[in-house]
Amino acid sequence: MSVTTSIRPRSRVPLRSAVIHTAVITRRNVLRFIRIPQLLLFSTVQPVMFLLLFNYVFGGAITTGTPAGPDQYINWLIPGILVQSAAFGATATAMGLTEDLGAGVIDRFRSLPMARSAVLTGRTLADLVRNSFVFSLMLVVGYLMGWRFEQGFFKMALGFGVALLFGYSFSWVMAAIGLAVKTPEAAQSAGFLPIFPLVFASSIFVPTSSMPDWLQTFAEVQPVTIVANTVRSLMIPEEALGLLGLDQGTLILQSFAWIVAIIAVFAPLSVRQYKKAVG
Amino acid sequence: MNAVEAQNIVKHFGDTHALDGVSIQFEEGIVYGLLGPNGAGKTTLIRVLTTLLTPDSGSASVAGVDLITDPVGVRRKVGLAGQFAAVDEHQTGRENVEMVGRLYNLSGEEARSRADEVLDRINLAEVADIQVKTYSGGMRRKLDLAASMVGRPEVLFLDEPTTGIDPASRIALWDLIEEMVDGGTTLLLTTQYLEEADRLADRIGVIDHGKLIAEGTSDELKATLGGDVVEIHVHNDDRALAVECLTRVAGEEPKAEGGSLSIPAPNGSKTLTAVVRELDSAAIEPRDIALRKPTLNDVFLTLTGHKAEDESQPVTARSRRRG
Repeated sequence: MSVTTSIRPRSRVPLRSAVIHTAVITRRNVLRFIRIPQLLLFSTVQPVMFLLLFNYVFGGAITTGTPAGPDQYINWLIPGILVQSAAFGATATAMGLTEDLGAGVIDRFRSLPMARSAVLTGRTLADLVRNSFVFSLMLVVGYLMGWRFEQGFFKMALGFGVALLFGYSFSWVMAAIGLAVKTPEAAQSAGFLPIFPLVFASSIFVPTSSMPDWLQTFAEVQPVTIVANTVRSLMIPEEALGLLGLDQGTLILQSFAWIVAIIAVFAPLSVRQYKKAVG
Repeated sequence: MNAVEAQNIVKHFGDTHALDGVSIQFEEGIVYGLLGPNGAGKTTLIRVLTTLLTPDSGSASVAGVDLITDPVGVRRKVGLAGQFAAVDEHQTGRENVEMVGRLYNLSGEEARSRADEVLDRINLAEVADIQVKTYSGGMRRKLDLAASMVGRPEVLFLDEPTTGIDPASRIALWDLIEEMVDGGTTLLLTTQYLEEADRLADRIGVIDHGKLIAEGTSDELKATLGGDVVEIHVHNDDRALAVECLTRVAGEEPKAEGGSLSIPAPNGSKTLTAVVRELDSAAIEPRDIALRKPTLNDVFLTLTGHKAEDESQPVTARSRRRG
């Protein structure tokens, strides 16, 4: 049979195998994360440093409106900084994929009778596993610094989950970027391009109310603020909820809408980039 | 059934005609060596045959499975060890092989026992539980080879299996590949080294600029080259006299290339002895004299009229490059 038409092959990998393949690749990537001390150090020390820096250096000068007391800023900061770590951490997805591309590992995977989706899904899931470890560590450090979850464990866990899912969706954005630029160095620089405006022009560190109007307009609608405020709405004292502009239910709904939308756009885009990068 | 049957495979990258209508076929149980310099199209052909690249046109089947309509089916039947040892630095040798086994759809238990088997076969059992980052280049290649065999492929593809590794490891790898072949594995390997193709391959295809320009057994190819040559270097003063001597032995004028003179040596060392006698009686002391096997360059000079750009000798392989 000749290839004059664009008919693509229809032989498929059964779903059950695809799930196993994804688990195998996820495990491989998680092992990699555990066994490279620099990676582990970088991805845990940096967020903790941000936490200490913002709380102790800038925290005293920032008025958030959360109930007064010596610990007020940490309660604003912790939910935000989880989202910030999720966004920064997602660059690891781009880095990991580009490294595998360069090392011929992806070629090996592609020559195997495995589900092709497993390479990308296994990558993003491994980053999800890593994020849950990093987040837990930050919450422990935060607790030592005076942070308390004021609405009970269940809501705190829900907020944790929202931040994780947002990180997962962001991994797909980074996967698309990494596969487009192809080298680890470029992936790192290109990855931070969208991250910086999204993270800093948001409510992660400070309330958006102090920003100039034009910036405030952007900051209030963009996903990082929505997600940070959602996590926040599940952790700060209930009497401070009014500060967030939207009520808890609306925030949760909008967060999920963003997360689903980001995955819906960037997962297929990544798959396309993947085929282009290796084909 | 043919292990590989490819007709008129064309693959262009922009203006580069990586494959310009290549047809090859060979039966099960043999080693097919694809010989050619860097950039000849060897790697592209392997990538097409292992479904990593879709050809622009042409048709092919591997182990009886159509490449275009059933690529997953092809992947179930092939193993690939690429030009770069695609092993994971931060996993142990065993974890690497087991992982690939799992991706070949072996169960966890099967993958474990099969990994033990191939690691043992490839003499890596002792270091199997150490992370790959401590392995030498040769060990990585071996591990890559082990990984490519774990799924019991019907056809194994090795892309320049010994490029970029030290001479001792190269010879060890050759031994290993020979053992595998004795076990009945069908193999397509690419190489830049005539010596390697000579030693391992039952049939050799010579590829250049995306075209297959010659095919045959090693002996057949050498016959087209005229076999061994005697090559001498002499002082300029002695040159005219030396040409006379060589002409007497060969019955034809010697080929002059650079500072050297050469004649065909159909009788091998006997021709060499005859040349030495002639030179001695003419009182010429050659600076160098040798009975030389045809090299890849000779193949290319004869077949295409141009040199293979890469002149690396088998034992002094340089940096890895894509071919």
